[in-house]
Amino acid sequence: MRFNRSGAPRRLKLAAIAGLLFLHLPLVLIFLYAFTTEEKSYQFPPPGYTLKWFSVAWERQDIWDAFMLSLKIACIATGAAIVLGTLAAAAVARTRFFGREALSLLIILPIALPGVVTGIALRSAFDIASIPFSFWTIVLGHATFCVVVVYNNAVARLRRTSPSLLEASLDLGANSFQTFRHVLLPNLATALLAGGMLAFALSFDEVIVTTFTAGQQETLPIWMLSELVRPRQRPVTNVVAVFVVIITFLPILMAYYFTRGSETIAGQGK
Amino acid sequence: MNTRDASLTLFRGGVLGRLSDLFYRRPAILLALLLGPPLLWIGVVYVGSLLALLVQSFYSIDEFSGRIVREFTFKTYLELLRPSNLDIVLRTVLMAATVTVASAMIAFPIAYYAARYARGWVKGLFFIAVMLPLWSSYLVRVYAWKLILANEGVLNWGVSKVGLSPLVEALLSLPVIGGPSLTFSYIGTFLVFLYLWLPFMILPIQAALERVPVSMLDASGDLGARPGQTFRKIIFPLALPGIVAGSIFTFSLTLGDYIAPQIVGSSRLFIGQAVYVHQGTAGNLPMAAAFSMVPIVVMAIYLWIAKRMGAFNAL
Repeated sequence: MRFNRSGAPRRLKLAAIAGLLFLHLPLVLIFLYAFTTEEKSYQFPPPGYTLKWFSVAWERQDIWDAFMLSLKIACIATGAAIVLGTLAAAAVARTRFFGREALSLLIILPIALPGVVTGIALRSAFDIASIPFSFWTIVLGHATFCVVVVYNNAVARLRRTSPSLLEASLDLGANSFQTFRHVLLPNLATALLAGGMLAFALSFDEVIVTTFTAGQQETLPIWMLSELVRPRQRPVTNVVAVFVVIITFLPILMAYYFTRGSETIAGQGK
Repeated sequence: MNTRDASLTLFRGGVLGRLSDLFYRRPAILLALLLGPPLLWIGVVYVGSLLALLVQSFYSIDEFSGRIVREFTFKTYLELLRPSNLDIVLRTVLMAATVTVASAMIAFPIAYYAARYARGWVKGLFFIAVMLPLWSSYLVRVYAWKLILANEGVLNWGVSKVGLSPLVEALLSLPVIGGPSLTFSYIGTFLVFLYLWLPFMILPIQAALERVPVSMLDASGDLGARPGQTFRKIIFPLALPGIVAGSIFTFSLTLGDYIAPQIVGSSRLFIGQAVYVHQGTAGNLPMAAAFSMVPIVVMAIYLWIAKRMGAFNAL
């Protein structure tokens, strides 16, 4: 009996499709609820549909403040992560040195350990060092776990970039900075962009570490969390939820677009 | 360009050129410059914080004044061993294990289909469909289940449409896992965790399955194995490192989560919630620190076992 290469067994296909629906139907539901006319409960099916909540949410200053804060934090954390992640990746990918394995483990640790550990660790460090909570303590926390994402993308790309490209550039008289600018960076650019996009998405809706490192600051996810624990205006929360989904999905789709089809190794073509 | 003989190197002009020559002749300087900033960041901010956490867990709280006493003591760890705290640990580890097993069972068909049959745009679609929920909207995804599991929500609506309401009521009346409603029971918490961490299980299994050569499955079939036998003897053992790799995520993430069980679940605490409550309203940072050592220790043991099972070779 030959292994069936062409078609999947129907049961497997159904199980796979059911699994994907399980992953995505709940998000579809969030979109549906953003239009409901029901204010006091999560009644299904919604008794009626309206666009009213979008304008109500638009008028809310507290939502705008939270959104701008999240945006600022995500941008700065992503910027820091791109610089640090790229440097670390360049060191790990190119050279052998003492403690190299330990360093790559260290960088991955912030996402390998549960978020609550990272959060409480930063919280107790701030406590011991008597650092008051501020905008920058949030950024510090976010950048720490965002470095991993950029690092992973950059390391993967650097491993696929042939060293002979850099050597050729140096042989032809370029200095290290010219080589970086004209040879390495164009090769790395899409990987860094993809890593940056993912880091942005990660930071923008991160809540577990943020609750431990934020004082009075209210990021959008913290605003949402307080609405989930003590609902005030449910349909407005639904609208914000839709908004968060869209604003985090876009960078991820872009990241996918930037890295797809990058399996070929630059500088190894015939 | 393999020779390091300086006499063969064309010296470059300008400051940048001289710097480049320096980097070339002394790679250690370049390495130090590259490594400095990230090492400083990770070393000071992250490792420093973890050390602070460790130190904090050996402090204790003065019960009368509620202030943290900064002296070395095992008092906080002894308090951690109270039965009520051990209950929290046991409950969380059991939940993590259940979620891990269930997500492996749901993830496998998706990963297998994506690795073996999906081609072209379908494969891209599968990848994006797993990536999107993996990277984003954690809070929104928890929230979605509050909508779904609500008494007036879509699940109860659908269940009553097909006449299965008695089944849900029977489930909820079970001891331990049941509760007054789906939103306030372990069943609800379990569903949310399963939903949240499923993508983390799919990707490593798919990666492991991509590496199983089709010829091996052909050979198994040619030698007379039934599909079930091929699965048990070939596919499953080769996918196992992927499953273990995925389980590291599902296990670790469940151990440390404190938001999902707070929004969907009973009032009994999980480790993450205990950490949060102790550091927040109680102001008992040493106890919170000691509690957060539990997932670190559990994960260390788990990673050690995973390493022995070859999960890291599969990544």
